[in-house]
Amino acid sequence: MTEHERTEHGGRAPRAVVIQGGTVIDQSGERRGDVLIESGHVTAVGDALPLPSGCTVLDGTGCMVSPGLVDLHTHLREPGREESETIETGSRAAALGGYTAVVAMPNTEPALDSAETVRTVLELGRSATVQVAVAGAITVGRGGERLAPMAEMARLGVHLFTDDGTGVQSAALMRRALEYAGGLGVTLAQHCEDASLAGAGAMHEGAWSSRLGIPGMPALAEEVMVARDIALVRETGTAIHFLHLSTAGSIDLVRKARSEGLAITAEAAPHHFSLTDACVAGYDPVYKVNPPLRSTSDLDAVKAGLADGTIDAIATDHAPHPPELKDLPFDQAPPGMLGLETALALAITELGLSLGRILGLMSWQPAAIARLDPGNGGRQGAPVAPGSEANLCVFDPTATWTVDSSALASRSRNTPYAGRSLTGRVRHTVLRGEPVVIDGVAQR
Amino acid sequence: MDDLAVEDITEVLRVTDSFVEVGRRPNPKVPALRGRTVATLFFEDSTRTRLSFETAARRLSSDVLSFAAGSSSVKKGESLRDTVETVEAIGVDVMIVRHASSGVPSRVAEWVSCCAVINAGDGWHQHPTQALLDLYTVRQALGGGDAGLERFRGLQVVVVGDIRHSRVARSQVAGYAALGAEVTLVAPATLLPPSLEGWPVVDVSHRLDDVLPKAQVVSLLRVQSERGSGEYLPSLREYTAGFGLTGRRAAMMAPDSIILHPGPIVRGVEIASDVAELPSALITEQVSNGVAVRMAVLFLLLGQGSLDGAHLD
Repeated sequence: MTEHERTEHGGRAPRAVVIQGGTVIDQSGERRGDVLIESGHVTAVGDALPLPSGCTVLDGTGCMVSPGLVDLHTHLREPGREESETIETGSRAAALGGYTAVVAMPNTEPALDSAETVRTVLELGRSATVQVAVAGAITVGRGGERLAPMAEMARLGVHLFTDDGTGVQSAALMRRALEYAGGLGVTLAQHCEDASLAGAGAMHEGAWSSRLGIPGMPALAEEVMVARDIALVRETGTAIHFLHLSTAGSIDLVRKARSEGLAITAEAAPHHFSLTDACVAGYDPVYKVNPPLRSTSDLDAVKAGLADGTIDAIATDHAPHPPELKDLPFDQAPPGMLGLETALALAITELGLSLGRILGLMSWQPAAIARLDPGNGGRQGAPVAPGSEANLCVFDPTATWTVDSSALASRSRNTPYAGRSLTGRVRHTVLRGEPVVIDGVAQR
Repeated sequence: MDDLAVEDITEVLRVTDSFVEVGRRPNPKVPALRGRTVATLFFEDSTRTRLSFETAARRLSSDVLSFAAGSSSVKKGESLRDTVETVEAIGVDVMIVRHASSGVPSRVAEWVSCCAVINAGDGWHQHPTQALLDLYTVRQALGGGDAGLERFRGLQVVVVGDIRHSRVARSQVAGYAALGAEVTLVAPATLLPPSLEGWPVVDVSHRLDDVLPKAQVVSLLRVQSERGSGEYLPSLREYTAGFGLTGRRAAMMAPDSIILHPGPIVRGVEIASDVAELPSALITEQVSNGVAVRMAVLFLLLGQGSLDGAHLD
């Protein structure tokens, strides 16, 4: 095989790769073993594998070798806001964070609400260092008024649809959207925020907002829409995915609804299990995000939801913004924070869960929600076993490092974790058999 | 205001005494800050606070740079940070910042490297010099001096009005409580903050009539007309009926009790016109004390450097 033979994905199939000295971890548990990758696929796992001549050797000593991470919630900003992020830079950040697939959110300019716009992003994503999947908009222009052409987007492989950035405010339209999506076999993903309750809120409504004099966004704004959508799911029988749940009340509602057997999945963002509204005390908009950083009891509820399986996935809500926008007064600055390069380390540092659970939340469970998993014909979140496409994350779960915002691959710098020491560091990332990150350095 | 220790507050009040005296002179000017430059950066319209600060600065013989967002490059798209850095580069000793967004003065204080920053009111957050001038006015009414200061302990203070949206209330509550007064908040439930956790208040009431007889200080807050549009209040008329300081209510107040209002007053809404004219209503005293208090703050920040830290927020 030649070194850069084209694969069926249009990527490059590199020479053989072997990951030596690591511990393989996936859905079936942990085992010591080297991993041999040929023609973009895992071909052998075990000790003392015969090395093909000229193969690339990646040092996995002290590392876990896992299925690549899958982010259900990434804002790549292209098209329209390329000064914040591009598909290329966002994908590089993702690969450095251990991801091999991201779902690009549709709140670009223009919104991804048609086959044409979706196709543009998919094509730009073909040369990216992660698999770029796309979430389409539920409504035209994310305007919340008319259904977007979901069928034509679904034909391009779009499975998740969301107006993320806002929730679908009209209960009637959301009901129709769920019915329509059910007919297509796709999943709606809701950003739960009742706009009338959220008002001009710029942070979590509570003791801190009251003291700081910042308009608050009550937990209720999220919970009212979660409750409404649960009722709509019960009525329509269609699946829904709840984006970035942030309040104890929301998580309780989802826990009860799932015990009824309703087709509901949910995600939580790393900042909602690692930061609280007390961070806003200095008025630095780097801590402004939507849903906002909540109270300590909400943070505890997010952790509990991740631990007991109420929440299926950790999703970054990676939301780049340029410095000039994050220097605006708190109430005027746009919400959002970077997440791709810190998510795995935050999960390891903050959650106190086993690595197997964390990887379930960050790899194969989100892969299944996005239908990027082998069970749905995809290649993400697959067991590290012969026959699987080699989409792998190799990380040292005990390495500590300090977040340096200037060293991030993202085009933006708005991480709230600058200067923070975290445990767990990605060493290599392999996409379709190609080492796109080696020793923490992006290869392209 | 939370940044000020009790000793800082009492020091401002003591220094204010001497500037009140200066204000009574035919030529109310002292050379204390000659050669220093004070910049007022008002990103939100304000007539009285700006006039008060600029008068205070001039009476201390400092040079005054006056920057109003409406007439500046902010209109041309210059960022807040660039504006602040430009003004600092011109060379000023203190920036007095007013902004409609909470937290801007504390951000400005982080951005500048060698000038002091005074918060002249930010969003719903704080308006510390307003609280200081209120405290000074109350101390004066209580006899002045250290004896007046002593009488704050256990003093019954009632703050009435739109507390939710009021930077004055947040500063006042902290200031009164720091000096030992017992603060009761009175407002319709919609005009209270979502949470009072951590607020040093002894009571909250929705019935002004119940608390007026025991009040020694009644501090009224302005109710902006848009609050009467139906979202927070059915109408201003209904507010006045429940919470306005009418002649009938003023008559319920104890002898020697006093009425304060940070201005601008809306006669007929939070205070009846004839009540505003009562001897117990110290509204004009507040305004004249305001200049002296701001002179004291500028003097302490620039003249002696004895206010702790270089910022007043």
